[in-house]
Amino acid sequence: MIAVMEAKGLSKHFPTRRGLFGGSRGVVRAVDEISFAIERGRTLGVVGESGCGKTTTAKLVLGLETPTGGAIQFEGHDLATLDPPGRRRYRKSVQAVFQDPYASLNPRMRISAIIAEPLVTNEKTEATEVRRRMLELLDLVGLPERSADLFPHEFSGGQRQRIAIARALVLSPQLVVLDEPVSALDVSIRAQILNLLRSLQSRLGLSYLFIAHDLAAVAHMSHEVVVMYLGKIVESGEARALARAPMHPYTKALFAAALPSHPDERRDEPVLQGEVPSPLAPPSGCHFHPRCPHAMARCAQEAPRLRAVEGRQIACHLFD
Amino acid sequence: MANKLLSLENLSAHYVSQQGTRVVRAVDEVTLSLDAGETLGIVGESGSGKSTLALTMLRLLPQAGRIVGGRMMFEGENLVDKSEAEMRQVRGKRIAMILQDPMASLNPLFNIGDQVGEPLRVHEGASRSSAWQRAIELIRSVRIASPQTRVTQFPHEMSGGMRQRIVGAIGMSCEPRLLIADEPTTSLDLTIQAQYLDLLRELQRAHGLALIFITHNLGIVAKMCDQLAVMYAGRVVEQGPVSRVFSRPLHPYTKALLGSIPRMTEEREQLTAIDGQPPDLAALPAGCAFAARCPDAFDRCHVEAPPEFSVEPGRSARCWLAAPGVHRAAEQSIPLSRSAAS
Repeated sequence: MIAVMEAKGLSKHFPTRRGLFGGSRGVVRAVDEISFAIERGRTLGVVGESGCGKTTTAKLVLGLETPTGGAIQFEGHDLATLDPPGRRRYRKSVQAVFQDPYASLNPRMRISAIIAEPLVTNEKTEATEVRRRMLELLDLVGLPERSADLFPHEFSGGQRQRIAIARALVLSPQLVVLDEPVSALDVSIRAQILNLLRSLQSRLGLSYLFIAHDLAAVAHMSHEVVVMYLGKIVESGEARALARAPMHPYTKALFAAALPSHPDERRDEPVLQGEVPSPLAPPSGCHFHPRCPHAMARCAQEAPRLRAVEGRQIACHLFD
Repeated sequence: MANKLLSLENLSAHYVSQQGTRVVRAVDEVTLSLDAGETLGIVGESGSGKSTLALTMLRLLPQAGRIVGGRMMFEGENLVDKSEAEMRQVRGKRIAMILQDPMASLNPLFNIGDQVGEPLRVHEGASRSSAWQRAIELIRSVRIASPQTRVTQFPHEMSGGMRQRIVGAIGMSCEPRLLIADEPTTSLDLTIQAQYLDLLRELQRAHGLALIFITHNLGIVAKMCDQLAVMYAGRVVEQGPVSRVFSRPLHPYTKALLGSIPRMTEEREQLTAIDGQPPDLAALPAGCAFAARCPDAFDRCHVEAPPEFSVEPGRSARCWLAAPGVHRAAEQSIPLSRSAAS
């Protein structure tokens, strides 16, 4: 398997200032030494709660933030050392679809202009060719040709998300970052979009970085899943296996908190207590230890490293 | 009917434009009932009328909205006939409500103690100091640590999950008989949502409270509810006990909705998507509102809207396929079990 994109020890730390003149300087470790690879034609799902670093990870992958440590490798080259043409190629190869299709489409532009914009700014393409490509994409995402001359307000949420997908695909990218792509949509429309994304993946050989808080949707869409907690990966592995039998205490708690899909599945497992601590002052050792039902003395002192356990990666002292 | 806590009978609420030219039938001939201590889930997509139904029950419709027909019997009284002053005695005291965004339901300028104690002072004439003491107990009952210091704090000093607990404490302050929760956990993280749902269930058991969940999330219904009503285009298209509706949905819309949810441990290439869009409530089609998207629609569906057919005790569906006589044939032609739906 060829990795389209690989993150190696990737970190993003944001400095914080306190007081008017920026006295004591702290640091928020939004993403802390995470590593993952996304292979051609496959989907990597990222799950975790607010503040776990999944959005920062997406921004790093999209090149919207520069890492403070580690590296992103694209086609075997370090992104930081790429020459300008190489960086341009990277930006064309990695596109994004965001959560809110009401915010991500310019209300003053016609659909044809919205979809063609990446082509116009990135490539010297002839007008007839631009139009041909734009119509091809409309067809690909299941919208009629007449949509081209309309404005975003004339479309429903699901149709807008199709337009956003068409725009993301116009440059024939290799990797698409999907940041909560169906959370803003109605239940009956979500399945349409998830089905479309899956069929596009198999037709075009796309890779996805799929970020969502709906665990069942992530399990459905992904080949591999990484679970993050306060900037660190706590568990990663094959999606189905991980969803069926989570091993890290946090992953267990997270999946236990997921809602059942049938009333007969009602489980009365103990619910995880407490809240995610502030990333400004994360707990010592393993960040999860204050909420962990299995915490030992060691967990408060020493941060566990990711290690291979039964075909997946887990960062927990229970598996040493 | 006598021992029902709440029963809505053919309730309709419409929004009318200023000129009276546009009528949006947001809630149309809804018949529902709820026993004391029971939990009802009202499920629907945006624009299905579920939030308007919640506002109607509290008589809090915006100016353009009006109740155009039906009755709302609550503890033997018809809420539709009550004056505004009488309704104020019901809201917050006998029926309480929790909204989606806790920041919007809390006043940022008042401390938590005053806000939690306010209903007690208004409805029960409690003194400031006794309301303050009760507020501390209420905050403890929603499992917030060190309530003595929390009462003096302001909403911005709390996390989203904690704010939503405070809203729950305000709702519970006068020990209502019925609590209506409109998407109460949509803005919360997964583990915080689970904690909150547990808390609601605990409060319900402790006080014999009846709960109505207004939600688009079938998972919440599966976890929390006894009864389920599915709304589509302003109407209740199917209702019944949760486990029976989930195992054997009668209405094609319910069936499609259940088939469209990804499941954690099930390998499926494609989800059952529902094609098309929900209809415009101001221009509803002549027949069944779902007919245009329905895989099982036949000629009659496009001309004549189906009435509510009672299928078995406590179960009904607004679908011609559920009509007496048709029912048997429908059972054979439509996949009914959960596995067959995938």
